[in-house]
Amino acid sequence: MLELVVGTITQGLLWSLLAIGVFITFRVLDIADLTVEGTFPMGAGISAILLTNGVNPFVSVLAAAIGGMLAGAVTGWIHTKLKIPALLAGILTMIALYSVNLHIMGKANISLLRVDTVYSLLGNLFSTPTMWTVAIVGLGVAILSGLVLLWFFGTEIGAALRATGVNPQMIRAQGVNTDTMIVLGLLISNAFVAVSGALIAQSIGFADVGMGIGTIVIGLASVIIGEVLFGVKSFVRSMVAVVLGSIAYRIVIALVLYLGMPPNDLKLFTAVLVAIALSLPTLKAKWLAR
Amino acid sequence: MLEVKNMVKTFFKGTVNEKTALQGVNLKLEEGDFVTVIGGNGAGKSTLLNSVAGVFPIDEGGEILIGGNDVTKMPEYKRAKYIGRVFQDPMVGTAGNMQIEENLLLALRRGKKLGLKWAFVPEEREFFKERLSLLGLGLEDRLTARMGLLSGGQRQSITLLMATMLKPELLLLDEHTAALDPRTAENVLQLTDKLVQEHNLTTLMITHNMRDALRFGNRLIMMNAGQIIFDVRGDEKKNMTVQDLLERFSVAAEGAVSDRMMLAKD
Repeated sequence: MLELVVGTITQGLLWSLLAIGVFITFRVLDIADLTVEGTFPMGAGISAILLTNGVNPFVSVLAAAIGGMLAGAVTGWIHTKLKIPALLAGILTMIALYSVNLHIMGKANISLLRVDTVYSLLGNLFSTPTMWTVAIVGLGVAILSGLVLLWFFGTEIGAALRATGVNPQMIRAQGVNTDTMIVLGLLISNAFVAVSGALIAQSIGFADVGMGIGTIVIGLASVIIGEVLFGVKSFVRSMVAVVLGSIAYRIVIALVLYLGMPPNDLKLFTAVLVAIALSLPTLKAKWLAR
Repeated sequence: MLEVKNMVKTFFKGTVNEKTALQGVNLKLEEGDFVTVIGGNGAGKSTLLNSVAGVFPIDEGGEILIGGNDVTKMPEYKRAKYIGRVFQDPMVGTAGNMQIEENLLLALRRGKKLGLKWAFVPEEREFFKERLSLLGLGLEDRLTARMGLLSGGQRQSITLLMATMLKPELLLLDEHTAALDPRTAENVLQLTDKLVQEHNLTTLMITHNMRDALRFGNRLIMMNAGQIIFDVRGDEKKNMTVQDLLERFSVAAEGAVSDRMMLAKD
């Protein structure tokens, strides 16, 4: 039972990086970026292929982050320079990444059971059991990411990026190139998503080219559950809510599986959950206007 | 300060909807000129302002200079370092989902290179409070309030502060009181006049209200069908009445005086 609880929370923490990435595009930039469906397995793939070639696990995570940045920049470029709507730009990059990821990995699935990972290295170093090592790494990474973003969004560039999402006309009038800000936001967002992919691949012991399917919905579910449960009073609060939302989502999933829902229905369940959560404001307004 | 030469702007060029909104406008503003712009709907007033601000490119052959710098090909965000702007819609000039302070600190960095410095500076906070207290709206105690919580008049007043926080070479006001109730509009106009006088700002102000156009500024231009048809300044402007304006205009341009302007004369 303890294993199940810790494992669930750990998964929530590792997936929270994905949620943070989705939060940056969906909430801060006001763009639904589907690139994440490609950058998540990309991060996993880059990390996995490097690990099987004996590269340091930490370096492999860094490489995943850089890959994610590139993918985000491509979407940003397609959107801002070629003037293709953000949603479509993300879809194009996502589809392209499927081929790119196969090239990176060389095959559709890479097993990581026999190689060193971030967790095995740290586990050996501090002689902690694997379960707790992964949990602590997850917690550390989530807290660190939150702090870095809180700092970033409080800087001049970070404030300009937020304003770009809120009111592009206003921030252009203050001399900020909104195209640059959008590319920057997509780049940062996808770096987080790729790191999430790398850390999760290392924790579950494999990378698969198809593991990105539905990640955008998982990210949205985490963001929205977090907002509903923990509020959006301030930016700090929103950031914390995203991480807690990711954990809450994992708990919900574990719970419905425990109650006997077939795992094959998970994606259907998640999609319905997100649809309901997204439509809550409209439904509420209708209910009140009755 | 501002020099516009042969400005032509055609929308939807080469289509059935082609419309020439500006037909070769020439305009020169001296430093400290406070120019009110009037004209009927579709006369090209907003197109003129937006062209100067760089919202869209103008047709080949035209030229825009601000303070001697050729900005004709410059994108909107680069021109922002010369220009302060207030829009007709009070929601446009400020970021509603951000704090008052965050809006102000972004305005204080208009046209400057942004970095990874922490954006909240204690000394600036004092400066913001001092500027806000000039509005007499009690906003100096609400720096961390979200802009979206404020009324249209409050937001427009803050937008004015933001546009003039760093002295702009040119201040562009696009009917910035049209969406406000009469009393609030008057307050915002008085504030505008005060700030323009205080900083000796070169200003272009579009208005639909002929009385306001006469009351404020040292110069008045009237536009019709994409051209400036009337340009009056100094004592001549000062001695004009709304009646004079209406007469001059009906002579200058048949039908140029729209119903809306007639209604707005008092």
